[in-house]
Amino acid sequence: MKASMSHSFAIINSVMRKHFFIRGLLTAIALLFSLSACDSGNSTLLSAKSVIYCSEGSPASFNPQTITSGTSIDATANQLYDQLISFSAEDDELKPALAKSWHVTRDGKMITFYLRKGVKFHQTSYFTPTRDFKADDVVFSFNRILNPDHEYHAIAGVRFPFFDSVNFNSLVKEVEKINEYTVRFKLNRPDSSFLSNLASDYSVIISQEYGEKLSKENKHENIDLLPIGTGPFKLKEYRAGSFIRYYTHDNYWRDKPAIEQLVFDITPIDTGRLTKLLAGECDVVAYPIAHNKIAEHPLLTLDTVTSLNVGYLGFNTEKPPFNNKLVRKAIAYAIDRDAIIEAIYAGQADLAKSLLPKSSWAFSEETQEQVHSIETAKILLSEAGYPDGFDMNIWAMPVQRAYNPDALTMAKLIQADLKKVGIQVKIEGGYEWEVFLNLVRQGNHESVLLGWSADHPDPDNFLTPILSCESAGKGSNNTRWCHKEFDSLLQQALRTNSINQRKIYYAKALTIIAEEVPLLPIAHSKRYQARSNKVTGKLLNAFGGINFREVGKN
Amino acid sequence: MLNFTIRRLYLLFFTMFLLTLVSFSLSFLFPGEQLVNISGKVNATPAQLVLLAEQYHHHEGFFTQYWIYLQHIFDGEFGVSMASHLPISTEIINLLPATMELSLTALFIAMIIGIPVGFIAAIRHKKLTDNVILTIAMLGYSIPVFWLGLLAILVFSIQLNWLPSAGQISLLYEIKHVTGMQFIDILLSDSEYKWQAFQNATSHLILPACVIALAPGTLFIRLARTAMMEVLEKGYIRAAKSKGLTFNQIIYRHAIRNALINVIRHVGLQFANLITIAMVTEVIFSWPGIGRWLIESIYQRDYTAIQAGLLVLSSSIFFVHILTDFIYAALNPLARDSKHGA
Repeated sequence: MKASMSHSFAIINSVMRKHFFIRGLLTAIALLFSLSACDSGNSTLLSAKSVIYCSEGSPASFNPQTITSGTSIDATANQLYDQLISFSAEDDELKPALAKSWHVTRDGKMITFYLRKGVKFHQTSYFTPTRDFKADDVVFSFNRILNPDHEYHAIAGVRFPFFDSVNFNSLVKEVEKINEYTVRFKLNRPDSSFLSNLASDYSVIISQEYGEKLSKENKHENIDLLPIGTGPFKLKEYRAGSFIRYYTHDNYWRDKPAIEQLVFDITPIDTGRLTKLLAGECDVVAYPIAHNKIAEHPLLTLDTVTSLNVGYLGFNTEKPPFNNKLVRKAIAYAIDRDAIIEAIYAGQADLAKSLLPKSSWAFSEETQEQVHSIETAKILLSEAGYPDGFDMNIWAMPVQRAYNPDALTMAKLIQADLKKVGIQVKIEGGYEWEVFLNLVRQGNHESVLLGWSADHPDPDNFLTPILSCESAGKGSNNTRWCHKEFDSLLQQALRTNSINQRKIYYAKALTIIAEEVPLLPIAHSKRYQARSNKVTGKLLNAFGGINFREVGKN
Repeated sequence: MLNFTIRRLYLLFFTMFLLTLVSFSLSFLFPGEQLVNISGKVNATPAQLVLLAEQYHHHEGFFTQYWIYLQHIFDGEFGVSMASHLPISTEIINLLPATMELSLTALFIAMIIGIPVGFIAAIRHKKLTDNVILTIAMLGYSIPVFWLGLLAILVFSIQLNWLPSAGQISLLYEIKHVTGMQFIDILLSDSEYKWQAFQNATSHLILPACVIALAPGTLFIRLARTAMMEVLEKGYIRAAKSKGLTFNQIIYRHAIRNALINVIRHVGLQFANLITIAMVTEVIFSWPGIGRWLIESIYQRDYTAIQAGLLVLSSSIFFVHILTDFIYAALNPLARDSKHGA
């Protein structure tokens, strides 16, 4: 009896325990469901107020003054900072930004900026501004670059590569504060591209007050690592190689962005970025692969812009037989550029119709397009006196650039094309980039595969550096081509302010290039981006970094 | 029980001794300067090197050096990572909880599914159910985990868009790092998006945990099946049957409990296997755990990190072994008194 009592007790006990377990499980499940139910009813989903951008790499610095890499510009320039003036996205014209207006003297040597009032700098965990943006900040930002004795000029090996490349220091004599909201730039010589340079991603305004605070704390290097700017977003957290978290700048002087949080998810592997996009973990993805797949996907959009750049084959027009325009033309006819676009750019580029890309306002439809024709090439070669061809070399640039991702393979394709018309090509490669540029500058090449990437949309930024007489042989004109009529057209175009007049001059200049063929433009590479359809707003421009200012989310 | 405990502690002591000895000798066996390998200070100036040599008693005998190394370990001082230049102890404290969270969840899934299914197979021995379950278990056990992981991402993340493919939680949620266990941290945080974060973390956990759980889960099926079959042949089951107990009574009251004890014994042994699978899975799912960190360290030739990571990982596996042994002993009085070690 006793035994059976304890026995039945054990049964009850075990049943109770079992039930307790089951009940616990059921409660837990019910709790989870109720939680999810209460959350989905909640209209303030964090993901609806945030955008995740899967970027391709970590920024080298948080200050665009000190960098040139596209990855760093994407992460910083338009998100954290503003410039004095900027380019309008619609027509590439200069428009006010931190400066509400500006005035250029007639001789072009003095430019006065009248600054916007009430612009606030970021307030973050590491800095609280006590005053608004004013002239001191502009003077501070540019003196840092101009003055070698400035306390922020040479901290921790910092360089200013963009400003060096445009000879900023020899151009600007002085940056002068006239009053709290007026600044004057005095130049040593007039330069029509100066304003464009000030509107580029690199010419950002940083806070002088923050600089003073850091110098008191003796933490000068933080000025480029913990950024303070006036831009639409401010830095919350950065973990190298992992992510950047930006919060919206609540007191932004333009319209505040429609989101609260912008996260850069640093994903260097391109398949990883694609997976995250397809799985909905990224809203926007940099440099995607599998374009067709994305374009077909009902929930995704593929954005494309043709960047303002060009990859070209330049001839050394001082060396025979390339001083003969018929030979240059023959080679241009013999090269199958469509095949190059397919093989080298994987179709991610536009065939170059002229030196200027289609997105430039100075692009002219009238420019005659180079076609591929072996027959014409052979006829032209016989006309020039080389019916059996000749030997030549092609110097292939040893680094990868967007405008030419693989110059060596491109040279091999051209080699095969030219063999068909009897021209034997020797490919020169294997130099260090600096050495290569120097040797080409000295004119050691017969032809060279190079390219150009514009920093701002002014067409002069393409034509003068690549083909003007002034830069022939000493600067960036590696064709050593000097054409008087072409040159005077460029100068006339710079002297006038009328866009229509300039368009006419540039159209004529492009026609001369098409006839004389000092170089053969090959491709304008495109920049791709994929995004979820939920993300709205224009993010990509033809030049400069990605811009999240107008981003929104449905 | 005292005897049992002493035996285990004895085992713990010797295993730890051997582990530290191996880890210590690795710093000599890896290429490069031993002092740099053990401290991780790759860019040390000559002056710093002298200081380090003093710190690690570099010019004395191996025994002293080993003793000093042990002291460093007990102080939680593993040197700095050659790649990130952060103290390795900090990295491990940050990463180990994430791995534990993932592995324990996987273990839980494997047990809660594997063991009952194994019991069912044993009860339905030599019937269709048994054969089907056994076939599935064999298949599941034979699938390589990296392939399964990629396949799971392809199907559930990309095709069906149900679950995320990478990381522990969406980057949107700022969860302060307190314990390193994401779920505990979320519950501790005062974010206004706490429950969204909780849901998000859950959805991130499901896929990798299930991928890891597959292999040990199928193993548990087979273990549970064997254990149950053994138990069902025992005399007391026959006795219960002859006493006229119903089938359910026999199974629930006698068979399951006794079979479970034998399965639990193997859980600890499975844990090492589980961690290995978790390491690969962490790489596939970009899980910020110690396995991924260790594999990256191997790629980066970060000898200091490899050395310390191996030591910490193997000793934590060993602790789990000892722990399950104690649980087994607590559940099974017979084991406590057995004269020879388990």
